[in-house]
Amino acid sequence: MVKVEKKIPVVAVDGSRVMDKVARSAFWIVVLYLTYLSAQAVEFSLPRLHAGLPYMADFLSRMFPPNFEILPKVWEETVLTIELAWVSTIIAAVLSLPVGFMAAANITESKFIRGFTIFFLNADRAIDSLILALFFVSAVGLGPFPGTLALAIHSVGMLGKLFADAIEAIDPGPVEALRSAGAGRLATIRWAVWPQVAPHFVSYFLFRFELNVRVAVVLGLVGAGGIGFLLTQYMRLFQYEKVCTVILVILALVMTVDFISSKLRRSVL
Amino acid sequence: MAIIARNLSKSFDGGRTFALKDVNVEVTPGEFIAVIGLSGAGKSTFLRAINGVNVPTAGHMEVLGLSVEKLTRKELVTLRSRIGFIFQQFNLVKSLTAIQNVLVGRVAYVPRWRSLTGMWGDENLKLAKEALDSVGLSGRYAEKVRNLSGGQQQRVAIARAMVQQPQIIMADEPMASLDPKLSEVVLDILSKINRDKGITVLVNIHVLSLARKYAQRVIAFRKGHLVFDGPMSALSEEELEKIYHLDENNTGSNA
Repeated sequence: MVKVEKKIPVVAVDGSRVMDKVARSAFWIVVLYLTYLSAQAVEFSLPRLHAGLPYMADFLSRMFPPNFEILPKVWEETVLTIELAWVSTIIAAVLSLPVGFMAAANITESKFIRGFTIFFLNADRAIDSLILALFFVSAVGLGPFPGTLALAIHSVGMLGKLFADAIEAIDPGPVEALRSAGAGRLATIRWAVWPQVAPHFVSYFLFRFELNVRVAVVLGLVGAGGIGFLLTQYMRLFQYEKVCTVILVILALVMTVDFISSKLRRSVL
Repeated sequence: MAIIARNLSKSFDGGRTFALKDVNVEVTPGEFIAVIGLSGAGKSTFLRAINGVNVPTAGHMEVLGLSVEKLTRKELVTLRSRIGFIFQQFNLVKSLTAIQNVLVGRVAYVPRWRSLTGMWGDENLKLAKEALDSVGLSGRYAEKVRNLSGGQQQRVAIARAMVQQPQIIMADEPMASLDPKLSEVVLDILSKINRDKGITVLVNIHVLSLARKYAQRVIAFRKGHLVFDGPMSALSEEELEKIYHLDENNTGSNA
C-alpha cells in the first residue's frame, strides 16, 4: 500500500518535502564552499596559468626535435624498469598466494588469522609504494633494489585481496566432492579450488604487472633507477630534447605493456 | 550390515530443530534403496550422516563397521574412500578433463605426492579409463568437462565414484538436473553397478515412478522421522499419503 502524504503545505512541487529540499541545498552550499576553500589553499589562479603559457610553449618548443641519439641508453634503462616491475610482481604473486588463501573465508576457518590477514592487506593497500620506497631506501640504500621491495610489498595488498575474492567465489560443489572422496585439505585445494582460481590468478598477475610498469617509472623519478631516473637527470640538465625522447619511450612502453597484457588476460579467462 | 542407524538424531539450534529424529535403519550389503520424501524431510541429511559430513547429535551410526560419531581422522578418510557420492549438480571441476575428474576419486588411495602432482600412475589411469568406458564415455577421456552435456557430466561423476571401488554408492537426487530420459540412463547405470558388483546403492529420488522402477526397498522421511521402511510393493496409497501429504507446517526442517 502506498502511503499518501496529506500534509500538502510541506510538500514541494516535485513531491519532495520542503525540509528535504532545504537540507539538500545546504549540503551543496557546503560542498561548494569547501571546494572554494581548497582552491584557495592550492593557490589556484587562472591569471597565473595564463601568464605561464609562454613558458610552457618555450618548454615544449625546446623539446623538439627529440634527440634519438640517446635511444640505446634509454632502451637500457627501459629494460631495467621492466625488470624492476617484473621481479616485484613475481615476488608479490608468490607472497600473495598463501596470503590469499589465509584471507579467504571458505579456506581459513580461524577468524583471528583471517581478520589479521585482511587487516594487513587493507593497511598495505593504503600505504603507497613511494612511501614504502622511502622506508626501504633507509634499510638497504639507494638504487633499484629498495624500489623492487617497495613495489613487491605494496602489490601484495591488491593481489592478496583479489586472490582471496577469487577463492571465495568458487563453486563449492567440487570441494564437497573431494571431501566426500576422502581428500585432505591440500588435495582439496589442489583439485577443487586451484583449477577454478588459477586463470583468475594469472589474469590478476598480469594486470598488476601492467600497473607496476607504470609505478616503476615513477619510482625511477625518486631514485630507483630505470627510465624514470633518466628523465629526472635530463630535466636537471635542461636537455629537453632528450626529455622528449624519454617521454615518448615511456608512452610507447606503457601502451605496449597494456596491449600485450590485456591480450594475454583475455586468452586465459 | 553395511549401515546401521540406531536412534539417530541430528538437530540444529541446540536441539530446537530436527533434521533427523530417532531414525532406525539397517542396510545389508548389496541392497538398492530409494530414499523418498518431501524436500526438507531429511533425505540429504541422512545420506550425509552416512559419510560423516553431518555428524549426528544423538544416537549411533555404524557404516562399514566404523562408528561415524567417533571417527579418527584416518578412519574418516577410510570411510569416505569406500563410499562413492554422486551429487545433484555433479560437482565436477569444469575446467579439467573427464579423466582428471575421475582420477580424483583415487585421492584417498594414493600417496600424497601422487595426488598433489597429478602423477596418478598407470594403474590408476587404467582404472579411470575403465570406469569412463563402463559409463559409455570411452574416447572422451581428454574432453574438458565443460564441453560435455549434463547427462555426460553426471556419467563422469558416476565414474569418479566407481574408481573409489566403493562398497556403498550414495546419490543425492542425481537426476534432478537432468531430463527424464537421461534420468533413466543414470539410474540404469547405478542399477547395473548394484547388480554386477554387489555395491550397496542409496538414491534420494523425488520422482516416485523412478523409485518404483529401480528400487527394491524404499525408506521414507517426513520431518526428520523415518515414516516408511519396506519393499516397494508395500508402499500403498495410504503410506504415500502419510509421506507426501501437505499440511500447514509442512516446511519440515533443514535438508
